[in-house]
Amino acid sequence: MQNNNLAQLELPTLLGRQFEDIPDDLFIPPNALEICLESFTGPLDLLLYLIRKENINILDLDVSKITDQYIEYIELMDSLKFDLAADYLVMAATLAEIKSRLMLPRESFDEEEDDPRASLIKRLQEYQKFKNVSEKIALLPRVDRDFYVASAQLPKFEDQKNKEVLITKDEIFDSVLEVLKRPNYKDNHQIDFEELSTKERIQMILDLLSRSNIISFSKTLKKPEGKKGIVVTLLASLELAKDGYVELIQNKSEELFIKSSRRV
Amino acid sequence: MNKSLINSIEALLFGAGRPLTLSEIRNILNNNGGTIELSDIKKSLNMLEERYINTSIEIQEVASGYRLNIKQEHSSSLGNIWNDKTPRISKALMETISIIAFKQPVTRGDIEDIRGVSVSTRSIRSLLERNWIRVSGTRDVPGRPALYSTTKDFLDDLNLKSISDLPELPEITDDSKDDFLSQVV
Repeated sequence: MQNNNLAQLELPTLLGRQFEDIPDDLFIPPNALEICLESFTGPLDLLLYLIRKENINILDLDVSKITDQYIEYIELMDSLKFDLAADYLVMAATLAEIKSRLMLPRESFDEEEDDPRASLIKRLQEYQKFKNVSEKIALLPRVDRDFYVASAQLPKFEDQKNKEVLITKDEIFDSVLEVLKRPNYKDNHQIDFEELSTKERIQMILDLLSRSNIISFSKTLKKPEGKKGIVVTLLASLELAKDGYVELIQNKSEELFIKSSRRV
Repeated sequence: MNKSLINSIEALLFGAGRPLTLSEIRNILNNNGGTIELSDIKKSLNMLEERYINTSIEIQEVASGYRLNIKQEHSSSLGNIWNDKTPRISKALMETISIIAFKQPVTRGDIEDIRGVSVSTRSIRSLLERNWIRVSGTRDVPGRPALYSTTKDFLDDLNLKSISDLPELPEITDDSKDDFLSQVV
């Protein structure tokens, strides 16, 4: 199935157009460009293809034309694949650089480093190695494509947590019955938060009394609590007095005193 | 060779649904106080192999151990059943996994250098999800890029025992280099 892909890359048959009809300077039909480059894995792949299939001589390449092709391709590709287009542009720039350096008067090309194409060729070769081997690996038998594993393995259960629910039908029956018998509790109850709690105040008064035997009523008040505070404190002291924990004493001065009784 | 041992091993391979190593099989079978040697298990596997000659299954040794495969001659008919379960792997992804396999451990940048194209996060992720590659560390350079290596699952999925079973990476000889140059020039 991999070989089919390679066959599809044959330019002469793309879009039913004959390769001979295309001008010499246009080695990829513009409309086929998109389809073409989608089939290549990158600029190196495309370059390799061009070199090998069309026997293109890098020296003779009209670099400006290639760049035009690449730009055309970017326009075809939408803005979605800018990454890919950038990679092709880098290659166009590299080709342009090589071309320009080749045009400079040269002293000697004897040494390989002087050849501006050398590094590109090295990259192409390195890439070609992996391209070839990847094509071979793609053809290796692959699990679930070319061969299958024989297995009587249990399927993977998604919910492992509820695996051990032990319940009898009687239990289910009972719980259904209970639900049916349940009285209608649908009434709403608005429960207000108790800002000042009498219980808390009782505790506070007892704490104060544990330190001094007698305290004035006004000392158990906190200013920011206002009237509510007075009410709560009064309730608390009455509650304590009722149970015999404290005595409430009032002199002529109108000041109320809370006196701890013997039971505290 | 003890017939029940052969059957026990067959049962394990069938039920496991994944490759088992010789020592894994030995440990499971010796759990009840047995004294089965690795060599016994190897022999039993050979006997099983013989027994399977005229059946539809075979024993395959892969990187993670031994497993039962359905013989490839039945793949085309099985393919009809399992067709939708096999995601295609693009050429680009194949190049990426090949570079990782031969050059591991590699960073994404290494792969990009060779392929001359940026390697998408998606393709790396798809290889990670397939469990064909794993992050084996980070390179001690600025940015500390992740290093990727292939896994045993990758070899298992290709019926291979080790990386050296992969097709050989062609070496660039001077001859081929000249060849290439002349082709380009």
